[in-house]
Amino acid sequence: MRLALMTDIHANREALEAVLSDAGRRDIDKFAILGDLVGYGPDPEWCVSRVQALVGAGAVCVQGNHDAAVSDPSVSLNGVARKALDWTRQRLDAAQTSFLAALPLTQTLGDVLLVHASANDPAGWIYVTSASRAMPSFRVCDARLIFCGHVHRPQLLTCDARGDVRDHNVPMGAPIPLLRSRRWLAVLGAVGQPRDGSPAAGYAVLDTATNDLTFRRVSYDVATTARKLRAAGLPEPLAERLLAGK
Amino acid sequence: MPLIRPTEGLQIDGFTLGPLLHRGGFATVWEVTHPDHALPMILKVPTILDGDDGPTIVGFEVEQMIMPRLTGPHVPKVIAVGDFAVMPYLVTERIAGASLLALFGTAPLPVPQVVDWAARIASALHALHRQHVIHLDLKPDNILTRADGTIVFIDFGLSRHDRLPDLLAEEFSIPMGTFPYIAPEQYLRRRDDLRSDVFALGAMIYELATGKLPFGKPERLKQVRRRLWRRPVPPRKLNPEIPEWLQEVILRALEVDPAKRYQSAAQLLFDLQHPVQVEITERGRRTETDSTLALFRRWRKMRRVRGFAPPPGLPAQIDKAPILMVAVDLSPETEGLADRLLMSVQRMLVIQPDARVACVNVIKTARLGIDQVVDDAGNHIHVSRLVGLRTWAAGLDLTEERVTFSVLENPDPGTAILDYAAHNHVDHILMGARGHSTTRRFLGSVSSRVVAEAPCSVTVIRLPQLEDPTEA
Repeated sequence: MRLALMTDIHANREALEAVLSDAGRRDIDKFAILGDLVGYGPDPEWCVSRVQALVGAGAVCVQGNHDAAVSDPSVSLNGVARKALDWTRQRLDAAQTSFLAALPLTQTLGDVLLVHASANDPAGWIYVTSASRAMPSFRVCDARLIFCGHVHRPQLLTCDARGDVRDHNVPMGAPIPLLRSRRWLAVLGAVGQPRDGSPAAGYAVLDTATNDLTFRRVSYDVATTARKLRAAGLPEPLAERLLAGK
Repeated sequence: MPLIRPTEGLQIDGFTLGPLLHRGGFATVWEVTHPDHALPMILKVPTILDGDDGPTIVGFEVEQMIMPRLTGPHVPKVIAVGDFAVMPYLVTERIAGASLLALFGTAPLPVPQVVDWAARIASALHALHRQHVIHLDLKPDNILTRADGTIVFIDFGLSRHDRLPDLLAEEFSIPMGTFPYIAPEQYLRRRDDLRSDVFALGAMIYELATGKLPFGKPERLKQVRRRLWRRPVPPRKLNPEIPEWLQEVILRALEVDPAKRYQSAAQLLFDLQHPVQVEITERGRRTETDSTLALFRRWRKMRRVRGFAPPPGLPAQIDKAPILMVAVDLSPETEGLADRLLMSVQRMLVIQPDARVACVNVIKTARLGIDQVVDDAGNHIHVSRLVGLRTWAAGLDLTEERVTFSVLENPDPGTAILDYAAHNHVDHILMGARGHSTTRRFLGSVSSRVVAEAPCSVTVIRLPQLEDPTEA
């Protein structure tokens, strides 16, 4: 099975379209969306309905902190995110709001665990940015492969037979063999708001038959998304951040 | 953790273990057979101890990741990879020949043999680097030969693949490698520089030529550090038969700062194949070991060095130092074309300032019969062509070490150009094409054959067509 893994769409229609079209040429059998469909971006309603359609066709989807915050005001967000979310709430209809509220925090597919932020505290929205932050995720479950998002920067960590967790370089565009001698945690780059210095949308493809993972980047029309953000009156730093990939 | 330990007669995934062939520090190697594979094969299993076996396992994981991705004659073909949960193993084809250890035991070898072995290893190493892999543990024990003499590298447990996560990057606090051959930057924990392999190659050529290791046999890490300031005894002091040019090649490969070494195995190979044109510097002429004062000065400079400038990415490193071959036609009627070719090379050198330029001219010899060695005026043809090439290239304004001149003799100029390109790992061929004539269209031109068959990029330069091209 070839599984396309996407996360942090953040209401960026152009980026999501570009990723889906790239994935469309790569024999994908199933989609997995790791949360944060909305927040920050100018096209929440389009993105939610696109993901709803994917889920209707068999995709799996988990909830991110921005998705949870739509109907749960207790989820803490920074100032800019808060403003964008207040704007987002008015754009979504009741069905879309309840779709987001009803998303599960984790999903399991065979030996794969999907979660937005961390496996050890899915609702705590921890940022897995280092080996020490990843260690608890390996400890709480026995999934061989853990995929998450939330950080907006791709990252690759492993836990070997001795329980040592290591942080590795992330090769782009080439298949990485996920050796069965260790467990793997991949933090995927964001579809809709990359922060690793490249504005191109990120996603990944897991091939369970060949047991490898490929991190991919797809360029999209960032200028259009930035223009829409500005036209909607959303905070200017959001547009600048998209253009710079920071 | 693995459940099964290897023993003779063990059956696993259709393979039957034969006798134990080798017991190394980290792994055992067994002869193995399989009803579906007629090929002679070996099975390698890491020695799993019950205690802390981290290094063994990680090295084996690295091999399991990298080896199945390698192709070509210079690596063993991988047949199967075993599951860690049952018994980790790697089945590869069995390479008939022994390692080069025995050969190195007979060193010093006569110079022509040293050059031949060095060239074969360098050529194979370049082929490996082109597959995005840096070996990082090159030594005679890890080099085998096939029945036909082809060089094969084994043991990729410390290697680094440019497009895979480096499982070893954070694994150990001490540098990994084999002390006599390890490069200074590798000692300083760098694992991403192909020039570390060039250093190890230099150490091996030194050994073949002198019978001695350039830095002795350090047993402790602290002793390895000395190569940051202590220069090896000049090879010619140990073996006066070594020519200055070969010492130049060896000591350049062994430079402490990777930026001063050959930038790729292909560049080292190129010098081995063009000895007359190696520019001899102080390195080649050096006859004495450093004085205490000189040694002290270098120690003072190097003792605090924690690293060298990082290398560019691996593909960039290979591309950065390309070999540009220019096939120059020196006949008077194509002077305009030769000028245009010169301009194209000049332009290319602007964007590739590290390129080496190999200027080539072909003397078309008769297929049968005796060839003329002198022309009608009594000039030696080969020599006059060389002079012509040098005159043509004077316009490039390149230093001696960056340009070479070769006059090839062959009944078929296309074959001569193609052979030279393949033999020297040329990255790009530039050549002129004469106009369009009916004969040329009918018989096929040299340039079209080179374009069709060259192992690299080819740029064909033409003079702008006149409105009414009439053939002379």
